[in-house]
Amino acid sequence: MAHDTAHAMHPPTATGLDTRKLAIWTFIGSECLFFATLISNYLVYKGKSLVGPLPHETSQCMLHGQMTTCEPIFEIPLVTFGTAVLLFSSFFVVLALNGAQQGNRKRLIGWLSATVVCGLFFVGMQVYEFTHFYHKGLGYTTNLFGSSFYTLTGFHGTHVTLGVIWLATLLVLAIRGKIPAEKSLNLEIAALYWHFVDVVWIVIFPVVYLMR
Amino acid sequence: MDAQVATHEHAHPKPALYLKVAVILFVMTALEVLAFEVAHRSAAPLHGLVEPLLNEILVILSAAKFALVAMFYMHLKQDSKIFSGLFVFPLIIATVMIGALLLLFAYLRTLHPAA
Repeated sequence: MAHDTAHAMHPPTATGLDTRKLAIWTFIGSECLFFATLISNYLVYKGKSLVGPLPHETSQCMLHGQMTTCEPIFEIPLVTFGTAVLLFSSFFVVLALNGAQQGNRKRLIGWLSATVVCGLFFVGMQVYEFTHFYHKGLGYTTNLFGSSFYTLTGFHGTHVTLGVIWLATLLVLAIRGKIPAEKSLNLEIAALYWHFVDVVWIVIFPVVYLMR
Repeated sequence: MDAQVATHEHAHPKPALYLKVAVILFVMTALEVLAFEVAHRSAAPLHGLVEPLLNEILVILSAAKFALVAMFYMHLKQDSKIFSGLFVFPLIIATVMIGALLLLFAYLRTLHPAA
């Protein structure tokens, strides 16, 4: 009976695949191209800034209306910690999905909460980083590095924020008992988006912060 | 998910495998940062070896991490090949596009070095 209901809700498709899952993969494919343009933009202008602050080098920059010597702007330990947190959030969300698929509500809520906390930490780290950079003299229009850096990492941060909102919404639904095992696909789709945000950062982290 | 879907989408891995992948990802991230630190400290051991190869090391580690997340966490290894196609095809276009733009701008700079 329940099986018939499931068929009524999601009629068989020509591919035999759930159309919602096909849709999220198509969206992720288009997002690959979107981030490729932003990464290209960053790489094309890498090392072309005429004034500081710069990522890895001491430079001359305009701060409070006068030229001064600026130290390298990146704080690698903080970003490395943020990267590790984002990687672990991907691990936590697959555990939450595993819990949802097995109908284990306690595990679903626990791991999904951990994922949301990790996502919030990452967003907080990025807000701190942007604020810190701004106070060190790196505005959006200061130099080519500032423009391409804020555009790339800003769009990624926006994606993380949307992911956190999506996962937090699912967490509320899970707490209310509205994500039973047969509806675990709802979490799987959100998890796919979250993993995509993670893989984009896997590329951004070395390209922006570590490469010369 | 209905039975029709289940015939094309296979069972997902166990949590123990997810943990192994997480540990490997963590170690690879540590290696990336270690390579960066070694390349930027002239007194560090292996500096002469790592410094000229830093970008190559980072690309290889990053690609390996990307593949691990896509295969195991995004379940491309178990799921339908259609999903893999929807992800990999744009990824190839994206990679070619990045390469083409870098080559184009490098060429333009040889024509106009001051630009």
